[in-house]
Amino acid sequence: MSRRWINRITFLFMGLTGLACATVILLVALILGHIAYHGVHHLSWEFLTTAPRAGMTEGGIFPAIFGTVFLVLLMTIAVVPLGVCTAVYLQEYAPAGSKLVHAVRLAIQNLAGVPAIVFGLFGLGFFIEFAGRSVDRLFYGGQLHFGQPAILWAALTMALLTLPTVVVATEEALRVVPRGHREAAYALGATRWQMVRYVLLPQATGGILTGTILAVSRGAGEVAPILFTGAAYYLPELPRRLNHQFMELGYHVYVMATQSPDVDATKPILYATVFVLLTLTFLLNFSAVVLRARIRRRLAEGR
Amino acid sequence: MSQAASADPPAADVRVQTPAIEARSLSLFYGSFRALKDVDVAVPRREITALIGPSGCGKSTLLRVFNRMNDLVRGVRIEGSVLVDGRDIYRPDADLIALRKRVGMVFQRPNPFPISVFQNVAYGPAIHGMASNAELEEAVERNLRATGLWDDLKDRLRVPALSLPPEQQQRLCLSRLLAVEPDVLLMDEPCSTLDPIATARIEELLFELKKNYTIVIVTHNMQQAARVSSRAGFMLLGDLVEFGATEGLFTNPRDQRTQDYITGRFG
Ligand SMILES: Nc1ncnc2c1ncn2[C@@H]1O[C@H](COP(=O)(O)OP(=O)(O)OP(=O)(O)O)[C@@H](O)[C@H]1O
Ligand SMILES: [Mg+2]
Repeated sequence: MSRRWINRITFLFMGLTGLACATVILLVALILGHIAYHGVHHLSWEFLTTAPRAGMTEGGIFPAIFGTVFLVLLMTIAVVPLGVCTAVYLQEYAPAGSKLVHAVRLAIQNLAGVPAIVFGLFGLGFFIEFAGRSVDRLFYGGQLHFGQPAILWAALTMALLTLPTVVVATEEALRVVPRGHREAAYALGATRWQMVRYVLLPQATGGILTGTILAVSRGAGEVAPILFTGAAYYLPELPRRLNHQFMELGYHVYVMATQSPDVDATKPILYATVFVLLTLTFLLNFSAVVLRARIRRRLAEGR
Repeated sequence: MSQAASADPPAADVRVQTPAIEARSLSLFYGSFRALKDVDVAVPRREITALIGPSGCGKSTLLRVFNRMNDLVRGVRIEGSVLVDGRDIYRPDADLIALRKRVGMVFQRPNPFPISVFQNVAYGPAIHGMASNAELEEAVERNLRATGLWDDLKDRLRVPALSLPPEQQQRLCLSRLLAVEPDVLLMDEPCSTLDPIATARIEELLFELKKNYTIVIVTHNMQQAARVSSRAGFMLLGDLVEFGATEGLFTNPRDQRTQDYITGRFG
């Protein structure tokens, strides 16, 4: 082939790949612009701090914000210890190449690929029907307390969904701790736990935090896992106990989009809600990115 | 309680008579690869013993047998026995933590933890149960003095250890080690990342330390071995070819292979 042709083909491919990138950016910008354009003007302090009224055609989204934060908090409390312990076990305790490690890794990878709605169904079947019912039978003489959709079950379901994120982030953070630090600790007579607790975990904190933020941002955005496990259409009161149901931003969006009695009246509220949800997730993702960059820099300087 | 006490540190007179470390027909296998072949060695107390030999001959491996750091490597198998203070450290009920407190190690690359100078030195005492701040402060000062760091760092105890120059990092690692009050210091090429001036200063420090510690040092540098050690061993392909007084080994080696190595005919 002549040089001229090679140059033309190169140019063509550069053009095509560039175009693809531009399309992606344009699409994202379009979606964000659209939502911001329609959503921002309805935002107000009142919108953020009051409950919906008149069949969601008036009022704000405070209960949904509250519910989302509550849900995500509970989820974090569940997923971080579990995820960190799993990662520490896989990286530091499990004998390398053991069958168990292989199985757990495989399970986590598969977990990451399971559709969110399946988590929802699993939560319904396992947490509510099995765990909840058992709690009721054992502690409440069969009275219905926990054997029903509740924020606790929704949070645990969401924790399962986000578990791979935390495990993978923590494993990554542990992996980059130099071997020399482990050896130094052992050579000083540290037990494995003392090595993990005082040498590894402090260095992995940043990575764990990043994973947690990503998990939270995912948890704040998913609807399917909480569909059957605790989210409610409308509640006059905020959830005060673990077995209460709750309203949630993503679910609220879904409800307003599909079940509103007056679509036109709901529309500005809908846009504003989506805007709030997106802002929340973006802020979380952004802080995770910043955090990760800072950790990378610190590690690079440490060498 | 009394049982534990009698099982642990041997009586003082035993310690004076027996070598600090003794290996008897020791072989070590990484999987099927035999990295040490029937090594017999007795490391005398309160002296500096040097291990020399070409790259890959098993110096680090032998050193890491003495505090069982090889346990961290998968597929390692040991034959023969290794005695520290006259007791087999590979016996089934051996206390690994106690062993590593007694036989500490300094590594080739300075590896302070990415925390402050103070925290680095306090780490050992803290994990071994020292809780009071006053005690920890005292331990930090004493062990920074022991390595000649105190005057430089006493006003900068809170700076990150990784911000120190390499020589100070290596001294800090030594302070961190001394703080757990070991008897034996194993050093795996402790000066190989340092410049000649820093190396000379560390060597001076070793002379100071041998008054109170038994030191085993692995080095690639024959001049260094000749300068600092009173005993030396030459290793080749997993064999401890020759072991004896440093002067004899360097001026009048018994084995032809040692002769070849120190006169620079290979390695
Ligand atoms: N973890 C391991 N698994 C398998 N083989 C190993 C391992 N560590 C070391 N070896 C092998 O054992 C032999 C001795 O290695 P060792 O590190 O003790 O040599 P050395 O004398 O310290 O060399 P150097 O001067 O390069 O540090 C080498 O052939 C090396 O390849
Ligand atoms: Mg070596």
